[in-house]
Amino acid sequence: MSLFLDIVQLKKSYPTKDGEAVIVEGFDLKMDAGEFVCLIGHSGCGKSTVLSMLAGLNDITDGNALVGGREVRGAGPDRGVVFQAPCLLPWLSARENVMIGVDQVYAHGTAQERLEIAEYYLARVGLDDAMDKRPAELSLGMQQRVGLARAFALAPRMLLLDEPFGMLDSLTRNELQDVLLELWQRDRKTALMVTHDVDEALFLADRVVMMTNGPRARVGKILDVTLPRPRDRAKIIEYPGYYPLRSVLISFLEEQENARDDTRSKAA
Amino acid sequence: MSRKARVIHGCEVAGLDVFVPVVRLLSGEEPSRQIAEFGRSVGIPLLALGVFLLVWAGVASQIETSIGRVPGPAAVWEQGKALVGDHYAERTKEAQFYERMEGLKEKYAEEGRPWKDRRYSGKPTFLDQVGTSLATVFAGFVIASVVAVPIGILCGLSPTFYAAMNPLIQIFKPVSPLAWLPIVMIMVSALYTAENPFFEKSFISSAVTVALCSLWPTLINTAVGVASVEKDHLNVARVLQLSRFSTVRKIVIPSALPFIFTGLRLSLGVGWMVLIAAEMLAQNPGLGKFVWDMFQNGSSQTLAQIMVAVFTIGIIGSLLDRMMITLQNAVSYDVRSS
Repeated sequence: MSLFLDIVQLKKSYPTKDGEAVIVEGFDLKMDAGEFVCLIGHSGCGKSTVLSMLAGLNDITDGNALVGGREVRGAGPDRGVVFQAPCLLPWLSARENVMIGVDQVYAHGTAQERLEIAEYYLARVGLDDAMDKRPAELSLGMQQRVGLARAFALAPRMLLLDEPFGMLDSLTRNELQDVLLELWQRDRKTALMVTHDVDEALFLADRVVMMTNGPRARVGKILDVTLPRPRDRAKIIEYPGYYPLRSVLISFLEEQENARDDTRSKAA
Repeated sequence: MSRKARVIHGCEVAGLDVFVPVVRLLSGEEPSRQIAEFGRSVGIPLLALGVFLLVWAGVASQIETSIGRVPGPAAVWEQGKALVGDHYAERTKEAQFYERMEGLKEKYAEEGRPWKDRRYSGKPTFLDQVGTSLATVFAGFVIASVVAVPIGILCGLSPTFYAAMNPLIQIFKPVSPLAWLPIVMIMVSALYTAENPFFEKSFISSAVTVALCSLWPTLINTAVGVASVEKDHLNVARVLQLSRFSTVRKIVIPSALPFIFTGLRLSLGVGWMVLIAAEMLAQNPGLGKFVWDMFQNGSSQTLAQIMVAVFTIGIIGSLLDRMMITLQNAVSYDVRSS
């Protein structure tokens, strides 16, 4: 396995009138090519901030992030991003929403080839019959399928997923996790996904990176998910290792919660 | 979508919401509710109109003016028919004139005398004036849109450009058409000096005045629409590394389109109102001139004729608005996209 993502002492801060507000500081993470890592932590801890810095949508205050040996400077289609909200363009059909990216990335291909790429990925996420529909005609789950198809169709070198299933009900979330896992298993793109769902992290990831609570959030603990692949939702909870792994995550999150309560009661 | 749903959607986009209950009724959906719905959307307005006409008739008969009694609805209706009748009478006369000319032309040709074409010089009728006004307002509207949309887009994209434009917008926006008109007329006389002008000077100055007064709503709405493009949508452009031009063309403009059309609708409404005033003051042909001419006539028909013009102006204005609502619905993606 070769090193693909190298984050060194990443920092994000905003100037405020009371001085510098440090969201993330001293964040280190290395990922191998083809690895699936979930970033977990309490809401507001800064995990989405880390992701959007890697996506180039948020400036890096200090530190370094190398993706495939190249330093992150601004956004680019080499990193496919799936946002929490589907972020589809409401005046375009599902197909056109995927095409707008494909046209940009495969500018040298023929129109027919580009159309085939877009339709292939839409079919892969189960939207064969909904390609002509506009976002308003699709359920949230279907919209997020389009979001996945759009990200994969770019043939990015890395996937960045920012709580992509956070807004979905649990049944739809399970369906989409399966869709994502199937797409990922096919070409093993390096993927970093932010979530606060423990079971989602265990189902998808090779490693789970736990973040401490902000301010000055950083990596607290890293858990190797030793569960075999391909993973089956029904069987995964029967593996003897599952619950011990799950309790590591839960107790870390509880510790963080308690630490936060402590600082609050001290402040009060 | 079922056929019924398509028909209903079509009605809504076309702004014919009134007929939605009819469609539902014909398909046998909850008849009593649809009849009540139709009664509310058609019956009540008709009733209100009836009450208005009765009050008008009652009040009008009580008022005596220097040029006779104020006409009631019936007299105005008669006058309306008379004006339309005049139009066709005038057209018949015109046709007869050209027929006579044809005859004369042949006769001249037989006798070997030189022939010069002559144009019919009858005065424009009420309907001609309506046509002129419509042509003028559309010309002004097109000029306004061509100017306002691009400037609005630039204002929305660049806060610096907006800061530069803002004082000009603030100063010129409230200026009345009556103040612009003399300047425009003098400028048009000075600058528009074609030998055989395709457009009349008066037409150009009316249209330019309309444009000057009506471009502001479009400009401001476009700027707001462009500036309020969702950040998520712009992030899509950033991830895809769309060029600045592509971002504007593929993301910013489509997303601002509903705003732009709201602005255009307001502009056309303002333009129509301004036009009547401009025509009246400038003696440019059109409905405004018609009203002014009738006022100067001071005949016993004057009031009825002007009232016909008032209703015509009102009805055309609301039809133009209806038309723009339909366009607005057709381009809006979130409000009625289904």
